[in-house]
Amino acid sequence: MTRKRGKTGYLLVIPGALYLLAFFALPFYSLIATSLYDPSGSDFRGYEMTYAFGNFVDAITDYWQPLLRSLAYGGVATVLCLVLGYVLAYAIAFKAGRWKILMLVLVIAPFFTSFLVRTLSWKLLLADDGFIVNTLQFLQILGDDGRLLATPVAVIAGLTYNFLPFMVLPLFASLDRVDYRLIEASGDLYANPITTFFKVTWPLSLPGVVSGTLLTFIPAVGDYINAELLGNTNTRMIGNVIQSLFTDANDYPAAAALSVILMTMILALVLVYVRRAGTEELL
Amino acid sequence: MSQVAEPNQQRASEDAAGAGGGSGLRLRALTKEFATFTAVRSLDLEVPSGSFFALLGPSGCGKTTTLRMIAGLESPTSGTIELAGRDITHAKPYQRPVNTVFQSYALFPHLDIAENVAFGLRRRRQKDVDEQVRQMLDLVELSSQSRKKPAQLSGGQQQRVALARALINKPEVLLLDEPLGALDLKLRRAMQIELKRIQTEVGLTFIHVTHDQEEAMTMADTVAVMNGGVIEQMGAPAELYENPRSTFVANFLGQSNLIAGSVVSRSADITTVDMHGIAVSVPANRTHTDSDRGWVGIRPEKVLIGEVGEQLDAPGNTIPGGVVSDVSFVGVSTAYLVRMPWGQELQVFSQNTGRVRIFAVGDAVELSWRPEYAFLLDHAQDASAGAAL
Amino acid sequence: MAVMTPRSGGAGTRLGRWMRERLVLGLGLVVLAYTFVPIAVVVLMSFNKPVSEQSKIYKFSGFTLDNWKNPCADPAMCESLLRSIEIGLLATVVSTILGTLAAFALVRHDFIGRSSSNLLIFMPMAAPEIVLGSSLLAMFVAAGLGGQLGFWTILVAHIMFCLSFVVVTVRARLAGMDDNLEQAAMDLYATPSQTFWRVTFPLVFPGILGAALLSFSLSFDDFIITNLNSGNTTTFPMYVWGVSRRTVPMQINVIGTVMIVLSVTIVLIGELRSRRRRPA
Ligand SMILES: Nc1ncnc2c1ncn2[C@@H]1O[C@H](COP(=O)(O)OP(=O)(O)OP(=O)(O)O)[C@@H](O)[C@H]1O
Ligand SMILES: [Mg+2]
Repeated sequence: MTRKRGKTGYLLVIPGALYLLAFFALPFYSLIATSLYDPSGSDFRGYEMTYAFGNFVDAITDYWQPLLRSLAYGGVATVLCLVLGYVLAYAIAFKAGRWKILMLVLVIAPFFTSFLVRTLSWKLLLADDGFIVNTLQFLQILGDDGRLLATPVAVIAGLTYNFLPFMVLPLFASLDRVDYRLIEASGDLYANPITTFFKVTWPLSLPGVVSGTLLTFIPAVGDYINAELLGNTNTRMIGNVIQSLFTDANDYPAAAALSVILMTMILALVLVYVRRAGTEELL
Repeated sequence: MSQVAEPNQQRASEDAAGAGGGSGLRLRALTKEFATFTAVRSLDLEVPSGSFFALLGPSGCGKTTTLRMIAGLESPTSGTIELAGRDITHAKPYQRPVNTVFQSYALFPHLDIAENVAFGLRRRRQKDVDEQVRQMLDLVELSSQSRKKPAQLSGGQQQRVALARALINKPEVLLLDEPLGALDLKLRRAMQIELKRIQTEVGLTFIHVTHDQEEAMTMADTVAVMNGGVIEQMGAPAELYENPRSTFVANFLGQSNLIAGSVVSRSADITTVDMHGIAVSVPANRTHTDSDRGWVGIRPEKVLIGEVGEQLDAPGNTIPGGVVSDVSFVGVSTAYLVRMPWGQELQVFSQNTGRVRIFAVGDAVELSWRPEYAFLLDHAQDASAGAAL
Repeated sequence: MAVMTPRSGGAGTRLGRWMRERLVLGLGLVVLAYTFVPIAVVVLMSFNKPVSEQSKIYKFSGFTLDNWKNPCADPAMCESLLRSIEIGLLATVVSTILGTLAAFALVRHDFIGRSSSNLLIFMPMAAPEIVLGSSLLAMFVAAGLGGQLGFWTILVAHIMFCLSFVVVTVRARLAGMDDNLEQAAMDLYATPSQTFWRVTFPLVFPGILGAALLSFSLSFDDFIITNLNSGNTTTFPMYVWGVSRRTVPMQINVIGTVMIVLSVTIVLIGELRSRRRRPA
């Protein structure tokens, strides 16, 4: 389609763009500035801009553990989401028949109960004398004094659970656009179901895989609700640290430096990932 | 010759608002350039009102672009468009008495059939819309479907809605861009008859773009063959087929044998050509070159095939020394490829009347044709232009 | 028996085929069921009778309708709920309007800075909430607004992160629209404004509605960004966060249950209505 030139385009985009300039771009600039403030300042006395690049060094030496942990938890949760989400999205797209819409609604439905209320439910489910732990202990999968709550398993399970819809929806959108006759054609051309999946279905669903993994990974890495409610001090993620540096310790420069580091790492990972996956249609 | 086609005799004159001007649609030096690419090149065209005009041509030759300029959906780079004597080159689409049947139908998915059909009338605040819609749906035999949504109709039904939606406005010109392209053969034939019936009944000017030559030839009063942004030739279907003026038209419409030759003499009504040592004659009004070299053209079904020495009932051009190199039996006819002494293979379609025997590969044969069926084309043109498109 | 063997063998393979054909669907349903486990807990706990008012133990200990009869036993909860709804509605209205306009600009218009606008609009989606929240906080503090964090700063933040989602949703709908439809309208004597209101808008409307629903749920549910920019104002998620370290009132499960029932009903009704309009 041909795009119209003229001033209407500007009139339409300017309100939204200005809003984001003021409340996204400018704040991000401000975050970078804050990360370079003199760390000895405080909320009350005010901060001084000293281009203290040392803040970044300090942040990394002090908090490399939660940083790496966040990436690891986020990564594992994303892979789990991909596996579970792919099965679900595939079932909805190709196998659900007339129940397609209903299943889709059910995927989004949990999304509408408060994130926190749902996570509290997990806390109950994974509790030490809860049904799940008891069953696992009975099956000897978990030792008698083994527990789930306050372990990395619980945190990753929580992350996987909470971000699953972000994976299913783009995957479904991608798979739904695949012509099922292509899959049948592949079978017709002597491919067994597994070959068909890896040679036809998977490549055709790649755009959905890329956007789904990004939409899951990015919020999962920055999340701290699951780590806080389902984990313990050894499962602290970078979100917990940034949050408490801001609100409890009032150490703005350190918190800002960590935020900038997190953003940079995510951007770098995303760029490498998108380039390797060869999908540019995200933007 | 006849650049202007005969107006349709049966047209109902009270419908076409442009009848007063009587001049129909006229394109002058119409040009459309996209960046560096010229899609339509200085096109001149006159379509008398009330006629069924078909635009034929290979993919990408600029047919859709031409229609879109007439509809006002694309603005020409230069040139003018006149309708009934009025210049509409720069009029907005909604200001022109022209409607389009889109190839993809473009029915409004959120409106039911009746509202789709009523759309144009409502925009122009016409009276008794419901009554007109009812009549129009009767005409296209969709009265029972009026409350359905487009997605609930079959392809053929949707196509008729698209037609009704445009027709109800009684435009001076109705543009149809391959409206039958998506239909299967049977439905396509039925819709062709339907379209022709409706056109005759309402007497509007139809400009019909199609890839299907048979469709163009059977439906249209005038056919124009377009190639590379220009009109190669236009005229009545038989005229175009029998007397093509360029190698492109000769090959694009049906098939032709084109044999190189040099002009020996020209008289008032006959051009004599030396064709690899054989003198053949071509009527002067079928001679389309001034140079002394040319392509002698003859349609395969006009070529007679016979045994060596056999007296063929075609006085004039007899070419000896052929050898059958391929035979395919088609049923009503037999198609031969005959290798001539100069190495070229000529196509021959022979009716299976039972009077001539069917030859086998390797048989020595003689070919002949009546001189009045041959035509002579300019040697500068590519003999394979338009073939296999 | 000998006669039975082949037939039972046939039944066996038939059963095997039946199972194989439904394996994927079955697995999908298992995953779907997994997403509903905590929802079931929410519904169950909304009927829970806590051992005592102050009990810190969060487990099912008895059935009662008290929580449903007294949803506002803790007035602070209902207050936070109303505040969340208010912020959600305002954020939805503003972000839907700004985002829809921008989506039209990006799909339909060409202007200098189009690709940078695109980037600006999609960047917030590539940033984790903690980064978005801390950026805003850093700016508010730098602007000397550190003491005035509250309702307005929360609203500003919510509009910001909803905006990108609105643009993406509406843009997808617009880009998927057959542009022949608008040309057909023009061809049928509709002026540009009639074309917009009679054809374009009705066709894009479902996308706008979807974007608005998404905005509301994102805003209503947000905790991380809100928590950094809220000052002393409490939204519903913040209330839940606060009580999760103390005594959890069972009424939060009542709210959770109502929300899921309401939203599923709305979505299903909308879906059924549009299905009646265009049956497959
Ligand atoms: N918007 C455009 N920008 C650039 N080139 C275009 C545009 N529209 C058409 N063209 C080019 O102009 C030429 C003519 O296009 P047009 O659509 O008129 O062809 P057509 O004769 O209708 O072909 P078909 O039979 O395949 O429909 C083509 O080569 C096409 O690539
Ligand atoms: Mg075309």
